[in-house]
Amino acid sequence: LSWILIVEQALNGLQFGLMLFLLAAGLTLVFGIMDMINLAHGSLYMLGAFVASTLVALTGSFTAGVLLAIPATALLAMLLEVSVLRTLYERDHLSQVLATFALILILNEVVRLAWGSDAALPMPAALSGPVQLLPGLQYPAYRLLIIGVGLAIAVLLYFLVTRTRIGMLVRAGASNREMALAMGVNIQWLFTAVFGAGAALCAVAGALLGPLFAVQVGMGENILILAFVVIVIGGIGSIRGALVGALLVGMVDTVGRAFLPILFGHFLQPRVASAAGPAIASVSIYLLMAVVLYFRPKGLFPARG
Amino acid sequence: MKKLIVLGIALIGLPLALQAADQMFYVSFASRVLIYALAATSLNLVLGYGGMISFGHAAFVGAGAYVASICLAEGVSSAWIGWPAAVAAAALLAWLIGALSLRTRGVYFIMITLAFAQMMYYLVNSMKAYGGDEGLSLPGRASLGFDLGNEIAFYYVVLFILAAVIFLLHRLVHSRFGRVIAAIRENEARAAAVGLPVFRYQLACFVIAGAAGGLAGALLASHGKYVNPGVLHWVQSGTLMIMVILGGVGRLWGGVIGAAVLLGLEHVIADYPLPWLAQLYPNYPQHANLGVGLVLLAIVLFAPQGIAGLLSRKRHAQA
Repeated sequence: LSWILIVEQALNGLQFGLMLFLLAAGLTLVFGIMDMINLAHGSLYMLGAFVASTLVALTGSFTAGVLLAIPATALLAMLLEVSVLRTLYERDHLSQVLATFALILILNEVVRLAWGSDAALPMPAALSGPVQLLPGLQYPAYRLLIIGVGLAIAVLLYFLVTRTRIGMLVRAGASNREMALAMGVNIQWLFTAVFGAGAALCAVAGALLGPLFAVQVGMGENILILAFVVIVIGGIGSIRGALVGALLVGMVDTVGRAFLPILFGHFLQPRVASAAGPAIASVSIYLLMAVVLYFRPKGLFPARG
Repeated sequence: MKKLIVLGIALIGLPLALQAADQMFYVSFASRVLIYALAATSLNLVLGYGGMISFGHAAFVGAGAYVASICLAEGVSSAWIGWPAAVAAAALLAWLIGALSLRTRGVYFIMITLAFAQMMYYLVNSMKAYGGDEGLSLPGRASLGFDLGNEIAFYYVVLFILAAVIFLLHRLVHSRFGRVIAAIRENEARAAAVGLPVFRYQLACFVIAGAAGGLAGALLASHGKYVNPGVLHWVQSGTLMIMVILGGVGRLWGGVIGAAVLLGLEHVIADYPLPWLAQLYPNYPQHANLGVGLVLLAIVLFAPQGIAGLLSRKRHAQA
């Protein structure tokens, strides 16, 4: 168990956590401001990855393709918001679950019709090699790029939410929607904008993770649950909570998968350890969530006082 | 009451008619619909009557399915042992999950039940001794003292169990217990203020629903002679929830209607291609979920009370 492995896994955890943050940030705002459960958020992530794969192939440039995919996905999402989701805000949570579950089915099939079951999104050649971070520590350049982009977006979002007028409206909406309405905030416009922004973040995550994982139909469904775990741990409606929750979940998941089997190997029989290690590692984030909710039933940073 | 008798006669006569028409596939299909109706009805107890939006009901169905399957795989073929064991295991799991989850409210409750179900999903996935992620094929169906391998006998057993559960549910929601549960759903603070032990009643409701879900799971495993971790996946919880919402939340027949409509819809779209559409696009049955999704969306937007609500509204309009 060398320090190199530990640093490597910590960086992997950071990278995964930051991408989860991009998904969770949009989800927590939609949840917090519009009080709406959007199960189709994972579908926007999938849509972003597929749109990026087409645009990267069309433009011949990874950067240009991804940069174009972001507004394109946001636009599609805003169309969805105006046409369907808007009518759901007034409805109860059950109706929202049913409608957005239906949207998952519909979007999955629409993507399958348009692109097929999977698409190719190759890693840019210039970034496919490793980079020497420290003597003896090699780390893939592409993953470093993801970390860099994730950190940049996190900082940008932080300033947007805490230092600008739009951010103020968003925070007002999240902490007390009725009061924000009464103060004359144009909620409808704000909702569409927030939904589009959330979709743009989904597209960034989908396009960047595409080359690492497979771009395929259904890719959004498992990561959606992780994003929900993140925002529940962080506290619904809180961007800060989403960041802390995402980093926690990313770290616990990655580090758990890497080290729990080794740790178990020290005091269990190899056969038991090799079975129990991965099992405990994959439930560790849910255990984390259960523990957090047991002590803080409204998450770590509740947005509503 | 008259309608109920007609429905009963129809359901009892159904397999005989299908056998006469040489459509044994549909006897098996009908059993599957009835099993899902049982699972959805059990969810409706917590969701509709109890007002607790549990997004992890597949955990209880799956626990029942796996316990019943493990009994079979280990050579205990009597359903008199396997099925009660499945019910007990599901009830115990529901008690554990419920005791922790019911500390939270609203969206947090939805998410924590989901998280526990996912935990169970991953645990079952890693049970290498019982198939792991590939699932577990069973040597045959459980035995009640007579052979359940016969599709028609199995159908009647499932029908009997479903009828019994619906009768008990009917009695339960009209009992003192049911009134208390409804009071808590309508106004929890007020129920607590008049001195009702809210947590205990909610937990009891959650455990009863989990136990019934476990029974559905045991039947499901016997029906397919196969079980895999997919029965615990969150999409399965979602599907059960869809059945309840589709049929009618908090309505006695909601789960049954929802299961029949959803499974029927999936089957019809996938296996009975419309000629004109097939000509236009030959592969379209592969995209059956598109149709299912559009119908579900239409129901949310235009029939907020579910199908049972739609039916009873029509009746009111006539009266």
